[in-house]
Amino acid sequence: MPKLTAKLAFDIVVWALLATMPYWLDQLGGYTQLGSQILVMALAATALNFLLGYTGMLSFGHAAYFGLGAYGLGMTIKYLAGGTLSGMLVGVVVGTLAAALIGMLIVHLRGIYFAMVTIAFGQVFYFIAFRWDNVTGGDNGLAGFHRLPVSLGFATLDIVKNQITFYYFVLAFFAISVAVMAWLLRSPFGRTLLAIRENERRARFLGIPVDRHIWLSWLISCFFVSLAGALYGLLNNFADPHALRWDQSGVFIIMAVLGGMRSFWGPLVGAAIYVVLQDYLSSLTQNWMSFIGLFFILIVLFFPRGMLGIIRRRVAS
Amino acid sequence: MTQLILYNVFNGLIIGAFYALMALGLSLILNLSDVINFAHGGFLAVGAYLAYALIPFIGFWGALVVAPILTAVLGLLVERVLIRPLYGRDVLYSLLLTFGLAYMLQDGTRFIWGPQTLPFSVPDWLSTPLSSQFFFLTGYRLFMVLLVSAAVIALFLILRFSRLGIRIRAGTRDLETVSALGVNVRMLRSLNFGVGIYLAGLAGVLAAGMLGLQPTMGDSLIMPSFVAIIIGGLGSLPGTLVGGLLIGVASGVTSVFFPSASDAVIYIMMGIVLLIRPRGLFGEEGRF
Repeated sequence: MPKLTAKLAFDIVVWALLATMPYWLDQLGGYTQLGSQILVMALAATALNFLLGYTGMLSFGHAAYFGLGAYGLGMTIKYLAGGTLSGMLVGVVVGTLAAALIGMLIVHLRGIYFAMVTIAFGQVFYFIAFRWDNVTGGDNGLAGFHRLPVSLGFATLDIVKNQITFYYFVLAFFAISVAVMAWLLRSPFGRTLLAIRENERRARFLGIPVDRHIWLSWLISCFFVSLAGALYGLLNNFADPHALRWDQSGVFIIMAVLGGMRSFWGPLVGAAIYVVLQDYLSSLTQNWMSFIGLFFILIVLFFPRGMLGIIRRRVAS
Repeated sequence: MTQLILYNVFNGLIIGAFYALMALGLSLILNLSDVINFAHGGFLAVGAYLAYALIPFIGFWGALVVAPILTAVLGLLVERVLIRPLYGRDVLYSLLLTFGLAYMLQDGTRFIWGPQTLPFSVPDWLSTPLSSQFFFLTGYRLFMVLLVSAAVIALFLILRFSRLGIRIRAGTRDLETVSALGVNVRMLRSLNFGVGIYLAGLAGVLAAGMLGLQPTMGDSLIMPSFVAIIIGGLGSLPGTLVGGLLIGVASGVTSVFFPSASDAVIYIMMGIVLLIRPRGLFGEEGRF
């Protein structure tokens, strides 16, 4: 029986809020689909933060694997007549394989160089999706596929029309993924990643194969990002080339920073704020890009620790 | 066929010259201040639109001189107010900040001048083809190549011989020592940022004459500029120049044989370079 600490209490509150979201979001002026979108983005941002916050590697190209998840899913359903789950499987496998190959090229790079190379490699898939338009739909995106009911053997989940069922479908994947990531971070492997983040040279002297650990962390991060991408494809019944672009990578990072990248729940908080804000702004004004841009700048200048970082500091002092 | 290949090589050189001009500015800022300036494409568009706004008053030549300078002044302002507080902090923050700035610049130009493509007129005598056999060789294109070459040569001369240039190069190597020797590092970084943004503005005016004006015009140039820097090697300006020209020509030649791969080929080249020579063609050993 774990002690009832502030941390545990916070975990319980988070899970309770997530589990009941479809029932109170409407009252606050939201809608269930927005809730699903928050979960998908939160999963992507948490996965990115596995690499960014806990391994100390700045990837600015995670949108590529997010987009590959969405396109892999969409193309499987559209061209191969696959189901929802088989589509997700293909999306995740494609995204993770691409990440594995590119990861081998870049894991020995560090800092600013790593960031630049991930930016540049991220764009490859954008150009492929953009140019190969008779298969991918080019600039218009991949449309013409639809999520299908999921058969569990004993029951069939109607995620097609029922938004609330779909929300819980997404929540199930979110919960499992987040639990796995949290478990990994508490394992010796995760502690080693922290050691690398804090002092790579010392970690190397201790005989830790640093590059291999970073590659694995990159791979785990990209695996969950592709899963988020596949869920995103299901959410919109659409795969958008802009989901592959560097803009999207930047959005994942701002979510992590906004919530607090040293906190496990930071990316979730950041994703919730960002998704709601963007939804609100884009319904309000044509020039939402300026406001989002300003928002980025203000966060960097005034809230670099993020929401949870600030709260944690307050509590500590 | 020869003509077609020649045409595409020449085209590639022009595009490569743009990449190089963009990338040199990015590279200057990156090397001295460790800032990846995502807003570089936005500054390019600002330069182009400023020139568009100035042409009715001071003509093409006047705009060609004034617009990049105004862009550089805007750059100095941005550096002073927004970027200076971030020096010495994680690369992440300056990257996010310039990312937000890129959004604002793009949306700002769209707000002022509208989303549609605007025509940008160059003097008539520049836009006529020089020979009927090599129809693609308009005066403007030749002029662009000459001007870019002049700008690049001037940049390298400044870096080689002027006091500012020598300090920039020294600061790239070891900023702490330069600071300890009594150089005002803040000023140095500001000026260096200004020079980088000036190059972006200049590229903007020139690109406008060839491609017309669009708020997103910098977007298609910034990623290849990153690739140019990586291929050339971080920390090496000659490398950046070579990288830019190389990928320009490569994508030009690829578009003859396999048009749909002309974007992808530069990333393949980058992959090969990283595989064989991770520090880039001219990068220093062990710097990264």
